[in-house]
Amino acid sequence: MKDVMLTVEGNKALTKDVYKMTLYGDCSDITAPGQFINIKIDGLYLRRPISVCDMNWNELTIIYKVVGKGTEALSKMVKGMEIQALTGLGNGYDMADAGDKPLLIGGGVGVPPLYNLARLLIEKKVKPTVILGFNKKDEIFYKKEFEKLGCEVRVTTVDGSEGTKGFVTDAFPEDYTYTYCCGPEPMLKAVYKTAKTSGQYSFEERMGCGFGACMGCSCKTITGYKRICKDGPVLRKEEILWED
Amino acid sequence: MGRLSVNLCGIELDNPVIPASGTFGYGYEFADYYDINCLGTFSFKGTTKEPHFGNPTPRIAECTNGLINSIGLQNPGVDKVISDELPKLKKCFKKPVMANVSGFAVEDFAFTCEKLDKEEQVGWLEVNVSCPNVHGGGMAFGTNAETAASVVSAVKKVTKKPVIIKLSPNVTDIVTIAKACEAAGADGISLINTLLGMRINLKTRKPVVANKMGGFSGPAIFPVAVRMVYQVANAVKVPVVGMGGVSSAEDVIEMMLAGATAVEVGAANLVDPLASKKIIEDLPKTLDKYGIDNIKDIIGGVN
Repeated sequence: MKDVMLTVEGNKALTKDVYKMTLYGDCSDITAPGQFINIKIDGLYLRRPISVCDMNWNELTIIYKVVGKGTEALSKMVKGMEIQALTGLGNGYDMADAGDKPLLIGGGVGVPPLYNLARLLIEKKVKPTVILGFNKKDEIFYKKEFEKLGCEVRVTTVDGSEGTKGFVTDAFPEDYTYTYCCGPEPMLKAVYKTAKTSGQYSFEERMGCGFGACMGCSCKTITGYKRICKDGPVLRKEEILWED
Repeated sequence: MGRLSVNLCGIELDNPVIPASGTFGYGYEFADYYDINCLGTFSFKGTTKEPHFGNPTPRIAECTNGLINSIGLQNPGVDKVISDELPKLKKCFKKPVMANVSGFAVEDFAFTCEKLDKEEQVGWLEVNVSCPNVHGGGMAFGTNAETAASVVSAVKKVTKKPVIIKLSPNVTDIVTIAKACEAAGADGISLINTLLGMRINLKTRKPVVANKMGGFSGPAIFPVAVRMVYQVANAVKVPVVGMGGVSSAEDVIEMMLAGATAVEVGAANLVDPLASKKIIEDLPKTLDKYGIDNIKDIIGGVN
């Protein structure tokens, strides 16, 4: 973990309320795909945790949806402005278990952290299949970016306005070696039930500190109590304990 | 002894800055980021007789200049704290630590304190009768002078270590409670725990935290804390540990002028993991700025 100043390089809308921000600065503490940064925003007390979409030496991409005051303030930032962020938070995905045909599944703003994972897997000569789930066509983002990496991309929309009509679980391939997913909890639960393989699931929870001190984001797992921010956000399928 | 040193219940602190319980884990988590031996001491995560998971999530709500938390005393229980957490702490912290204890019955407090009393590294027992986030416990003991005093009496019977009672601000007359605790043998009084608060999400019309209400802390409560520290420090002879929204070296000085012998830093650690370290580093030049030679000279120095 490192508290760094990052400079905004770009910040643009990908859809009506989803933005992509590129940042420049010290990213040396980010060591695994699926980690997050915790951003200090003027006028707000708590930092805002946002997952890392991609990272390359000293350039960082985040994709976030405007859902409240914090993300609204982020959406108004322009090139040259600075943001303070704690970087390298959370465990991230472990690529060692991927096998040769991993399946990556993202829903809505759960899609971004899978991009860095997909890129790193391809660098290791592993070709993932990617399922991207959205509600409707005008909410889709990053399909082309995943295709450009060389992934097989399947899109699902709940209303059928693009790709397979339905949920991510309606587009599962026959054959895959492992599952990596990130998205809203109902989606994670559906993937958990449908997937034939082991996998890693990235969870979301409202956080206080983001680095393991406050116990604000605790959850129960088969292997004991875990903090989503520090012991997660990625949990292994074998340890997940659904509350209801 | 340097110009920052203070004496808290017979134990010398290099400086008066103490990360508050619940914002600093069992210490070793922060040792990854800096040498925590720069601290006066710190108060570790509230420990109970049995393990507790705490409250359902969400447990956190943003507020103007602060936050609401509703953790609910999540901790592994005193046995695991002694067997697993304290050995890890010992490797990175060479000073006496403040052991924060909570409970759901008077006997629970005594049980946990008796066990922690045998731990060499424990310097003080900070007995929390003020957690607003557990039902039938915590704050229930701290909102009544007699029950608060009965906890102090029970704990004093099982330990020779200094007992600091941590009080709730959610009361009509904190001075009466503080005096009752002093009369029961408390060696010190720490205050304030969080203020009971609540936020509502306008879109869902539901409370933001799952437990509906939680403890409000952060810079927004600092003036309330200064006022209560002032009131209590003027009414008791034992040392007072002041806390509530402390975020800077100037806040430390203000709290000490109000009557605090030492000062705990809470919420600030959560937004900046280096907050306590930075406050300590800022103290010497802040003392210079206000013409203070020794920090202990300003305790209760408000005119």
